[in-house]
Amino acid sequence: MPEAPANPMPEPQYATMEQQADTAAFGMWVFLATEILFFGGMLLAYTWLRASYPEGVAEAGRHTRIVIGSVNTLVLLTSSFTMAWAVHAAEHEQRRALVRLLAVTALLGLLFLGLKGYEYHTEWTEHLVPGLNFHEESAHAQAIELFYFLYFLLTGIHGIHVTIGIGLIVVMAVRARRGAFSSRYYTPVEVTGLYWHFVDIVWIFLYPLIYLVGRSGP
Amino acid sequence: MTIATVTGKPGEPVVATKNYLTEEGVTLRSWLLTKDHKRIAILYTLSITVFFFVGGAAATLIRLNLVTPAGIFTPDIYNRLFTLHGIIMVWFFLIPSIPNTMGNFLIPLMIGAKDLAFPRLNLLSWYLYVGAGLLALFAILVGGVDTGWTFYTPFSSMYSNGYVVLALAAVFAVGFSSILTGLNFIVTTHRLRAPGMTWYRLPVFVWSNYATSVIMVLATPVLAITLALVAVERLLRVGIFDPALGGDPLLFQHLFWFYSHPAVYIMILPGFGVISEIVPCFARKPLFGYKFVVWSSITIAVIGFFVWAHHMFVAGISLYAGLVFSLLSYVIAVPSAIKVFNWTATLHKGWISFDAPMLYALGFIGLFTIGGLTGLFVANLAFDVHVTDTYFVVAHFHYIMVGGMVSAYFGGLHYWWPKITGRLYPEWWARIAALLIFFGFNLTFFPQFILGYLGMERRYYAYPPEFQFWNILSSAGASILAVGYALPLFYLGWSLVRGKRAGANPWAATGLEWQTSSPPPTHNFDKTPTVTRPPYQYRPEAEPQDA
Repeated sequence: MPEAPANPMPEPQYATMEQQADTAAFGMWVFLATEILFFGGMLLAYTWLRASYPEGVAEAGRHTRIVIGSVNTLVLLTSSFTMAWAVHAAEHEQRRALVRLLAVTALLGLLFLGLKGYEYHTEWTEHLVPGLNFHEESAHAQAIELFYFLYFLLTGIHGIHVTIGIGLIVVMAVRARRGAFSSRYYTPVEVTGLYWHFVDIVWIFLYPLIYLVGRSGP
Repeated sequence: MTIATVTGKPGEPVVATKNYLTEEGVTLRSWLLTKDHKRIAILYTLSITVFFFVGGAAATLIRLNLVTPAGIFTPDIYNRLFTLHGIIMVWFFLIPSIPNTMGNFLIPLMIGAKDLAFPRLNLLSWYLYVGAGLLALFAILVGGVDTGWTFYTPFSSMYSNGYVVLALAAVFAVGFSSILTGLNFIVTTHRLRAPGMTWYRLPVFVWSNYATSVIMVLATPVLAITLALVAVERLLRVGIFDPALGGDPLLFQHLFWFYSHPAVYIMILPGFGVISEIVPCFARKPLFGYKFVVWSSITIAVIGFFVWAHHMFVAGISLYAGLVFSLLSYVIAVPSAIKVFNWTATLHKGWISFDAPMLYALGFIGLFTIGGLTGLFVANLAFDVHVTDTYFVVAHFHYIMVGGMVSAYFGGLHYWWPKITGRLYPEWWARIAALLIFFGFNLTFFPQFILGYLGMERRYYAYPPEFQFWNILSSAGASILAVGYALPLFYLGWSLVRGKRAGANPWAATGLEWQTSSPPPTHNFDKTPTVTRPPYQYRPEAEPQDA
């Protein structure tokens, strides 16, 4: 469905499209600052847990599915690469490449969620879900339950962010297909990209904290 | 003034034919779907007025209960009353008060912009606020939440009855409203300043709201996640705040105050901004030490993040931590004192007139100073052990928040009333209200310092009979305060219909907001202004034009 080349006017409070685009990107950066503190509260709770129950957290960490976690890290990093490429394509008005790259990014995001869902499923069958069906014989059962409480919280909220990101990327892909973007106007793609990279970076912190630290040491 | 656009000749009130109140239409729909920052400011003003009087009604009942040592209400009702008062006044009045009303209205005008950077987010923020406010009222009134505004665990997560999860959800949602506002202000101040409006030409009001916004954006998400953790703990009976489950209630307090102490500065910094506008205008002098006032706001916003554990001196933190937080709490008094000294120096040899905004501003300076100095008392470890959770603390923070912020709110409301509505308010009535509020406030809260020092604990519905004398004084003061707060409803309402038309600049004030007509047109300026001078270029000989 080709449209006329995108050449939109800025909103009344802006003098130029450039000013509007830079402002949108800056707004996303400020929003991401909020997001960092949002995750920061949970990471403080995690730090407290590890300091209070080092052995329990280590034991819980060894229950985690490191293979799924590692594959998911790879999947998300790859999606960040395709997202960055998509922004580049938008900048150079390569519409077909843009649509495809956005689609690949969204699919990788879905793959991440699928693997994560499978991981949750195995944890459910192993009775590792706090509050709902937790059962653990270990001497550190209480600490392990708290670890899994934070695990589900952190990965759950991260998963919500991934889902929102996929939604945004799909919207961008549809708009790109209709020719809504040009080298003069691709701010939404850029801002979506910023958000997606942030979601990836959060995972880069979660991955070692959840899967690796429990396995370090003897 | 050498600012390019000047509409309205001096001395000659101009009735603006095109203004934001009518330009987009006057239907309800045109207001509820507006993207104009000025209209959204009006929506906010109307809704926070409702919440102010709801919270005030709860306060009135609290003071009524405390007239007799045995109390009038049942303990349960009393607990719900102070919870209602705290939650509504903190999150639904004080935090949005100046930023969302005057900040929303004035920031674009003051920097020479046509709107905020993200008008839709601005409207969304108002809807979040109203939705959250109704939810909070429902949770507290119908669900009987009795946790106090602090939601301390494990009481809130395990033992309290009532719709605590709903109340948590409401505060969570209103937090996002405040994050969106903060984000909008930060981005607007960075990106939409008019040509020539350098950072050091920004009015202090804009700087103060900028500092406030930084706190909103960085502190509020921590509150959001903390409350979410409490809610999950309550729903699933698993969590990290309940010692019975292996959790730690101190962790909750750390997370909660990491937001809620900076939030105290959300509740006072915008007031500093208002006072910094009013004092130079009514002393007819430039603000003394502009850069010091500006940077003290930023310093307060930064240090404000590192003093939170002074709320926890008796909660079981280590002595070492106590010392550090005590010291930092002393340090943050320095920038606050700088501001008081600068306002005072601005008054020195000024050509002072005592119009209502100035009365509020002078009241603010005195009351804030008392609140700030008693803040040093409670920052002191040894003294704090004696007065923790007593009425001394209650009096201290009411001097800051009510004596300070609410005075600033009323001062600003009167100062910009002609700009917002295009009408002058009746000066005599406004002065009476300002004086009533000042005397009522002191009579209400000064006795509470004494009560606290004598050992009366807060949050109890009953007290030993020897405290009754001071409690009666306090309740008597509250009734005067209530009259003082109710008066503006009447005379400001009257002025909307019968008030004299205000010109563009009735106070002969500097600042871009006074250069456009009253009320301003939808896009604020007919032509984007160019700024060539720093703010507050007052000359003592310049008389107000038509005030």
